[in-house]
Amino acid sequence: MKPFRDTWLIFQRQTLLILRNPVWLIIGVLQPLYFLLLFGPLLKDALPVSNAAEAYRIFVPGLLVMLAMFGAMFTGFGLIAELRAGVIERSRVTPISRVALMLGRALRDVATLLVQALLITLLAIPFGLTVHIGDLLLAFLMLGLIGVMMSAASNALALKLKTEDALAPLMNGLAQPLLLLSGILLPLTGWLATVAKFNPFAWAVDASRALFAGDAGDPKVWQSLLILGALTVAALMWAGRSFARGVR
Amino acid sequence: MIETKGLRKSFKSRQGRETKTVEAVRGVDLFVQEGEIFGFLGPNGAGKTTTLRMLATLIEPDGGEATIAGADLRQAPGEVRRRIGYVAQGGTTWDEVSAREELVLHARMYGISKAEAQRRAVRALEAFQLTEYADRKCKTYSGGQRRRVDIALGIIHEPKVLFLDEPTTGLDPQSRAHMWDEIRRLRGEGITIFVTTHYLEEADALCDRMAIMDHGLIVAEGTPAELKREISGDVVTVGLNGSTPKAAELFDTEPYIKKLETVDDGGLRLYVDEGATAIPHILRKLDGAGIELGSIELHRPSLDDVFLEKTGRSLRES
Ligand SMILES: Nc1ncnc2c1ncn2[C@@H]1O[C@H](COP(=O)(O)OP(=O)(O)OP(=O)(O)O)[C@@H](O)[C@H]1O
Ligand SMILES: [Mg+2]
Repeated sequence: MKPFRDTWLIFQRQTLLILRNPVWLIIGVLQPLYFLLLFGPLLKDALPVSNAAEAYRIFVPGLLVMLAMFGAMFTGFGLIAELRAGVIERSRVTPISRVALMLGRALRDVATLLVQALLITLLAIPFGLTVHIGDLLLAFLMLGLIGVMMSAASNALALKLKTEDALAPLMNGLAQPLLLLSGILLPLTGWLATVAKFNPFAWAVDASRALFAGDAGDPKVWQSLLILGALTVAALMWAGRSFARGVR
Repeated sequence: MIETKGLRKSFKSRQGRETKTVEAVRGVDLFVQEGEIFGFLGPNGAGKTTTLRMLATLIEPDGGEATIAGADLRQAPGEVRRRIGYVAQGGTTWDEVSAREELVLHARMYGISKAEAQRRAVRALEAFQLTEYADRKCKTYSGGQRRRVDIALGIIHEPKVLFLDEPTTGLDPQSRAHMWDEIRRLRGEGITIFVTTHYLEEADALCDRMAIMDHGLIVAEGTPAELKREISGDVVTVGLNGSTPKAAELFDTEPYIKKLETVDDGGLRLYVDEGATAIPHILRKLDGAGIELGSIELHRPSLDDVFLEKTGRSLRES
């Protein structure tokens, strides 16, 4: 019970802070929105599809994975600010569950990105996106796993590096190849497709596309849920340990 | 209330390619009694914060042991956390929320119910004269107000022991005096207080007992008065007009004078245990011998002198 209550406590505070200053929530929607409006129209000619609606049905599921990746990836910067303010240390002298300190923040990221994802999904429907509610929920579950994983990993790295100066180049260095090798923007071919087999986000993109195509039985779906689930558990353990250890 | 034995901690820090080991705390034995204000004095980098952070379960000691409020630091860190409050050297509040919100959340982190947390927040805000600003964002507070919030946070769960890391640094003299009053009030409520400081006069005025730390080791421990007495006792300097040798002969045989020195520009420096009681004797003696007294001055050792004696440095220059 206690870890759940503690997680809820941290989640409430963190969500309150976002609602009080929702500018980052909005900025988080802008990037996928730009891609939807300014990049989407190009895809009709670049993809082997017959019309624009079909292109959006391929593009938007990937876009949502991108949203989940980037939405939580930079959460460590907020944690560094909290470290500097002494908030984390003050939390750590209380008997609050260490996992809750991290999970409460990760769930804030998940809640934010699901709101954003819902918004993008709704905005994409006029462009021709179709989806069944059950498949959508499964896709959002996958996005949630990505959110928890990225948030936990970002926080663990932040606790290790402790400065924005060290975290920023590392995050950017990771973000670009992960994005390019995910097949979100353009389908991957040749040796790039082979390398992408090692990118969990490429699996997530394939699974997301299968779900939006109404094909929940596609083996890619359970495979990617399994991969992401395992990585999420690993990231949670890593971050939980970092919170328990001596950080200032 | 607090007992430590051989507490040690070293840090590895990387400088370019080399890793250097900093021995921040090198074996600290301490004993703090229930209900006292215990001062922890030392220059920058002495290891005060590191010691406190170990006692507050924030970092794990490399060696040694400690019992705090009856709970063992290694065996039962969770129990230690429930029984102590800790106020860090830097701030502990978040800019975008109010003192009330911080107090309620912090209380709830101890497992206290929402309603009870709100009641306690009200009480703490009143006790620390924060009610007026309670619902303003923390970023709008003055340094002194913010520091009071930090301390209110530290005691919201009614701990037995409160660790305060430099609670008065950066405060103006008036706020500092207020802070001392707050700390004394907390002791009045039965909380044992462990406070670090750079200010000798603070330790002198506030603390029941104190320890001086330097380079990771305790170099002196006792009440401020004991520490002062330990080094030299009082010094009475008498200015005499020309009859110094005669007076020196006069005082040479007096039992209450431990040592006697001639001052360069005429006069004597007399080392005594207790200046206040020695002065009447000195005056009577001079009067009886018909020696005219030019001036008389009493110097009591300060903790500055203690610090100089124990560490070989003045606190100001370290
Ligand atoms: N996390 C850390 N990593 C590396 N070195 C550290 C760390 N924390 C403290 N130190 C080093 O340990 C030594 C003791 O530091 P500490 O903060 O305990 O001193 P202090 O007595 O509190 O000083 P001050 O009066 O300046 O607050 C210093 O040399 C400091 O640089
Ligand atoms: Mg310090």
